[in-house]
Amino acid sequence: MSYKLLGKNFTPPDVLAKVTGQAKYAEDFRAEGMVFCRFFPSPYPHARVKNLDASEALKMEGVLGILTEADIKNPPAPGAPILSNEPRYVGEPVFALAAVDETTVQNALEKVRIEWEVLPFTVDPLKSLAPQNPADARTDGNVGAAGVKLQTIRWTKEDFDNAKDGQLPQGQPAEEWTFGDVDAAFAKAKVVYDETFVTASNSHHSMEPRSCMSYWENGKCFVFGSTQSQSFIVPALAGFIGIPPDQLVYVAEFCGGGFGSKGGAYPSMAIPALMSKKIGRPVMMRVSRFDEYSIGHARNGFQGRVKLGFAGNGKLVAADLYVVQESGAHTGFYDFRNAPDALSIMYQPEAMRWRGVPVFCNTPTRSAQRGPGYNQLAYVMEPLMDRAARELNIDRLAIRMLNGPDMNAPVGKDRRPVSSCYVKDALTKGAERFKWAERVARSGQRKGSKVTGVGVGQAFHPAGFSGFDGLCRITPDGILHIHTGVGNLGTFSHTGTARLAAEVLKYDWEKCVVVRGDTRKHLPWNIGQFGSNTSYTMARTNYVAAMDALQKMKEIAARDLGGKPDDYDVDGNRVFAKGAPGRAMTYAKVAQRAIELGGKYTGKDLPADINPMTKASATALAGSGLIGVAKDGLPHGQPAAFAACFMEIELDVETGQHRIVDVLNVGDCGTVIHPMGLDTQLKGATVQGVGAATLEGMIYDPQTGIPGAAGFYQAKPPSYLDLPPQLQTDWVDKPDPMSPMGTKGIGEPPLGSAAAALLCALSDAMGGHVFNRTPVRPDMIINALAGRPQAHKPTQIHTA
Amino acid sequence: MNEIRVAPPALRRRADDEEASRYSRREFIKRVIASGAVASSATYVFGGLQGCSSRGTVAAAVAGGVERLIRINVNGQERPVDVLPQETLAMTLRYRLGLTGTKLSCDRDECGACSVMIDDVLHNSCSVLTHSVRNRKVVTIEGLQGPNGELHPVQQAFIEGLSPQCGFCTPGQVMAAVALLKHNPNPTREEARQAMAGNLCRCGAYDNYLNGVMRAAASTKATAT
Repeated sequence: MSYKLLGKNFTPPDVLAKVTGQAKYAEDFRAEGMVFCRFFPSPYPHARVKNLDASEALKMEGVLGILTEADIKNPPAPGAPILSNEPRYVGEPVFALAAVDETTVQNALEKVRIEWEVLPFTVDPLKSLAPQNPADARTDGNVGAAGVKLQTIRWTKEDFDNAKDGQLPQGQPAEEWTFGDVDAAFAKAKVVYDETFVTASNSHHSMEPRSCMSYWENGKCFVFGSTQSQSFIVPALAGFIGIPPDQLVYVAEFCGGGFGSKGGAYPSMAIPALMSKKIGRPVMMRVSRFDEYSIGHARNGFQGRVKLGFAGNGKLVAADLYVVQESGAHTGFYDFRNAPDALSIMYQPEAMRWRGVPVFCNTPTRSAQRGPGYNQLAYVMEPLMDRAARELNIDRLAIRMLNGPDMNAPVGKDRRPVSSCYVKDALTKGAERFKWAERVARSGQRKGSKVTGVGVGQAFHPAGFSGFDGLCRITPDGILHIHTGVGNLGTFSHTGTARLAAEVLKYDWEKCVVVRGDTRKHLPWNIGQFGSNTSYTMARTNYVAAMDALQKMKEIAARDLGGKPDDYDVDGNRVFAKGAPGRAMTYAKVAQRAIELGGKYTGKDLPADINPMTKASATALAGSGLIGVAKDGLPHGQPAAFAACFMEIELDVETGQHRIVDVLNVGDCGTVIHPMGLDTQLKGATVQGVGAATLEGMIYDPQTGIPGAAGFYQAKPPSYLDLPPQLQTDWVDKPDPMSPMGTKGIGEPPLGSAAAALLCALSDAMGGHVFNRTPVRPDMIINALAGRPQAHKPTQIHTA
Repeated sequence: MNEIRVAPPALRRRADDEEASRYSRREFIKRVIASGAVASSATYVFGGLQGCSSRGTVAAAVAGGVERLIRINVNGQERPVDVLPQETLAMTLRYRLGLTGTKLSCDRDECGACSVMIDDVLHNSCSVLTHSVRNRKVVTIEGLQGPNGELHPVQQAFIEGLSPQCGFCTPGQVMAAVALLKHNPNPTREEARQAMAGNLCRCGAYDNYLNGVMRAAASTKATAT
């Protein structure tokens, strides 16, 4: 299928502002009379305020007010609060102060006297699940998540006794499922592994800390915030502030990274608005990098165990996965529930059981992070697939082809077929381009202290949703305005997906304007920018809106020029009769006529099923041109995105350091909308995968609950020097049959594939040693090569 | 200059006892500065309260915090500005001079987002005291374009190569590239990689930034010959 715009490169309209410094992020906004607030971060991992005396602080020159839990309405527990008198992690906001300048605020915070009741805490789920002397993060239950009611679970002494030699105990889960006969499947396996693993939590490390500015004007609340999404966050943020969504003006035209930590509205966003309401001044809340390590969320950490049964030919016949999720102090995200879906689809076991338990700890609230749960599963499984390949004397690529998913492979407990899967094409294409066979022959080759290692990794993520709205309009000047509720987290998908509307209408791209980034611009209701969904979900919303506009254009042409709407087509900025191209109207003229005709043509009559936000936006635009507006009700299955990554490294056995020699990351995202954009996502994910595999992990002192990696140098995200000078990418570019132009999302799986490829390459360089842990740090490599025990115990987490 | 009286009556404190007698030479100088600057560039972060209240005493009350009027050369312009001794260049740029293109990501010299050039040398402005740049030339992201808005070759190359993703590290990356090419107009990719290594990018756009640097070097060479 060849398209005019899809699959072609373009310059996104926001790049100019990014390279000139004109792009405004939340902390760049100013308002007349703006003042500053800061929140008081809890010094304790778990404590209760017995008494708070702010009198001295409030007497200080320039201090304007205090906001405490008593002044606001927190979201219901165990969801994260906005402010809390019972903070549950070091750094959690307790109260906030505002003053005319930030120095005064900071000085005033130090004058507030708090009497604390220090409470028990834990940074390790196993301590909370322990039968004797458990330490819980919360007083109202130790287990909870979306879909898991708040409850207390304790494992038994027998559970712990049954776990030998550092194995993860497997007590009562919060949730489980099974398909097939797991025992029978294990019985016929030739090789069985029982692996205990740990994957570390890590900060999202968005370069932009989540500062926020707010003021009230004529009864409306204005918020300039940092979120990945635009329309999607409005209802939740309005809820935090305590106002109806239509009273919120939200501006997030640019966002300096989120990676899942700013996918939806988050409670701290409400602090400036609530403070501003109280003191009657615009309020800027600057958030520091240290604060980002606490309120900025993080990926869920796993302590897990996986039992795998392989047939002699390398087929995975049985899997039994247990995931204990270190869930942070409040309800965050459900990585633990996603991980088994990745296992089920990528390796197609005949039978599988999954058990999971999300346990609260006195650590930062988690949110999803790029491939939540799905990618951690890849870090664990891919090196184990290599182990099976080695043991059964099968090529590592071949074992993946044998076990991997085909076009409509089933996923999850319900064995739902995905609408397309081309991961084997990605493996084949990648292997050929990477010269896999040649490189594998060098595996283990030694040059001085350097050993060559080669690895392949793959990952999966669901890739789209349905049921959201599109909105576009053609004004009498002939311009197509594509209104989109898509945020700007750096993927350019706001413009990429807008091009589908232009494609449908055969519009010259030069005559198109993408309208986004500010609720005052009348945007439709869209889902957020997370979960690798935008290139599917908002391709559809723009598609249906444009199809609605197209139908209306044909009707207007038929009405004015005779015949039936189906007699007409569009091209060259005209609507014309197919048999008689001279019988035509320009788009500009059609727009003018739409205004004159009124009704549905110009947004005065609207479809009944669109979201109230879309309805309000379309109503505001009514009468300004021809309006295309629709809810995506197209047939929808389970779209899925995949990636396969190939890596060659050189491991220095004396230092434990490695150098990536070459890397190629290949994506399956259906039809490619924006080749250069896709390339940036594959490369960016590769960089983050390297960080996940070998560099990044939260560290918490179990004695004090204090974070030990709350700075870039410690935490540590990859720099230029952690990657080779050149990264390679490729893609399959085969369409998804259920997507109007074949597109799917892609942002997340390339992180998992890259991390897995690196872990596999390291393992390969070490003759097959599997760490069952991320990150793999140089000291771990040195210890393993020396045959010495590791510094950490097998199930220990938050270690340096 | 208009006083801004936004605080409602309940929050006004001791307004009457100090106001009338407080119009000093210091006040006069401050108002002159404020009227010459962008409306929103009042002294937000530090003591001084210009634009926020009539009291001028807080600056002295803040420990070690007496503002001093200095002139700094930013993007080829002499800018008079009231600066505290402990004030960093990043804060002066962002909060007193209306130049928000320079970003703060760590505020502790670890990430390069706040990179500017001082006398053609790259610095992290979060870790430079503004007082120390009094006799030096500061160039920020806003100072790269020509008088008619012509983009610097690095900026042009970054657009063509789709280097930025979220864009937050971009001003720092641009400045780092500009500084590199000033000193080494024809770097190898490895030299560029080493030179840019002080600029973190979480989106992971390193490859495309390097492509941009090489492209800018080549285009500058092409125009020069």
